[in-house]
Amino acid sequence: MNMTLNDIQDQIIDEFSVFGDWMERYEYLIDMGRTLPPFDIIHKVPDFLIEGCQSKVWLYPSFDNGVITYTADSDALITRGIVALLVRVFSGRTPDEIISANIYFIDRIGLKENLSPTRSNGLLAMMKQMRLYALAFKSKQEHS
Amino acid sequence: MNLPRSIDEIRSEFPILSVKVHGNPLVYLDNGATTQKPVQVLRVMDELYRTANANVHRGVHYLSDLVSERYEAARETVRAFINAPKREEVIFTAGTTSAINAIAFSFGEKFVHKNDEIIISGMEHHANIVPWQMLCERKSAKLKVIPFSDEGVLDMEVYRSLFTERTRIVAVTNASNVLGTVNPVREIIAEAHRHEVPVLIDGAQIIQHGIVDVTDMDCDFFVFSGHKIYGPNGIGVLYGKEKWLNEIPPYQGGGDMVANVTFEKTTYNELPFKFEAGTTNFTGAIGLAAALDYVSALGREALAEREQALLAKATSGLLSVGGIRIYGIAPHKVSLVSFLPGAIHQYDAGMILDKMGIAVRTGTHCAQPVMERYGITGNIRASIAFYNTEEEIETLVKGMRKVTEMFA
Repeated sequence: MNMTLNDIQDQIIDEFSVFGDWMERYEYLIDMGRTLPPFDIIHKVPDFLIEGCQSKVWLYPSFDNGVITYTADSDALITRGIVALLVRVFSGRTPDEIISANIYFIDRIGLKENLSPTRSNGLLAMMKQMRLYALAFKSKQEHS
Repeated sequence: MNLPRSIDEIRSEFPILSVKVHGNPLVYLDNGATTQKPVQVLRVMDELYRTANANVHRGVHYLSDLVSERYEAARETVRAFINAPKREEVIFTAGTTSAINAIAFSFGEKFVHKNDEIIISGMEHHANIVPWQMLCERKSAKLKVIPFSDEGVLDMEVYRSLFTERTRIVAVTNASNVLGTVNPVREIIAEAHRHEVPVLIDGAQIIQHGIVDVTDMDCDFFVFSGHKIYGPNGIGVLYGKEKWLNEIPPYQGGGDMVANVTFEKTTYNELPFKFEAGTTNFTGAIGLAAALDYVSALGREALAEREQALLAKATSGLLSVGGIRIYGIAPHKVSLVSFLPGAIHQYDAGMILDKMGIAVRTGTHCAQPVMERYGITGNIRASIAFYNTEEEIETLVKGMRKVTEMFA
């Protein structure tokens, strides 16, 4: 059976629960960033750059068979790890699943401080952008 | 040169230095952004609100008189600290940024016209770029920029060649907030004066690091912020030569800056009040004076000497990590060091250092043109104050070793 979006969140929480301290969590995050599939260089353009980050984050969506696939990249490894987690949660989902998702895994894995807007690593901006793409694809779908 | 008290004793005067960050002792190396406050400043401000709070220059009543006197005494403290010739030449502002904006506006209104030119340097903080750009836009004037070398040293030959009969003002930082370079301001000012052009010196990064003498420097305007020299934030200083301050119009209108107001015409008050519209930040000014007294009592030369020793230790320590590049290696620097660990992103490094309790600044430090000059998106800046210790510098170096391992 296919995993739901929440199943994936729970899976991530499980993975992080084995770590004792922040150093291990960050090392895991860095590893996650390294596993992110390569980002197509032709999409590394300002249109796909998410503003408001100390590091650069690119996010590219494609819509096929009713589901959205996200690819992403960042020039900072911790940020790339964070965006990799978001891609894991959101990619391969329908627009409706993405729009209605309740994202709880971030503060459960000890990365809560990354949610603060003042941290300016753009986590909130990344999620917002993923949702905006979902809304756009949904309305396109309904009008086609 | 010796400090009058042990460093432990001095550190205990800064309550915040004993806080824990993520379970580690705070290592505060972001002093270029803002400095911490000693109890000697905190007490003065607390006591002021408790015993002497009233509006300045407004009443005949006892409290108003008392606080007005202290406010003017604070002005005298600032005057003496920067060795300005006259008390009236010291204007209290909200900070460096508002002081530069005031001059860019007021001087610009009177003296800058179409096709005129303004000279700044390539290593300015945005606060000493944007107000001049706004002026240029308003007046169709032109901004000229003094370049600097890879080491972070201004090209004085190019500087001398930038003057034309249209040059109206030069605005240069005394010390770069990114590179640490201490610029040859006396030479810069003397050259401008040969062309009868006034000079504004941005003192935000020099005031806390040694003796500043505006008379000896002969600058026309000198600006700095209180919060960078262990004082409160929201207070700053604009020093201007009386001759200029009398000639240029006020920047803001309001209470206290006027002599006579009718609906037909208003005449302005004399200096310094002409430039202090509205209720000023008198608590801030009095707190700033307490901070300046604190620094003076410790001895500015002794503080600078200590900071330079810590800078040398930080520089050699970071270089020993391997793969670290330092931005700004001018022979004469204030105690800050900007660097990047190879290809590791400044944000990644900053996150890890933060977890270890180390506070540094990451990013462009409000000086994007400097980053562009080196072709980088930002870097890490450790800025040192006298209350930092050798152990803290060692913690930073250890932290960078860890960062290099983690991201290798």
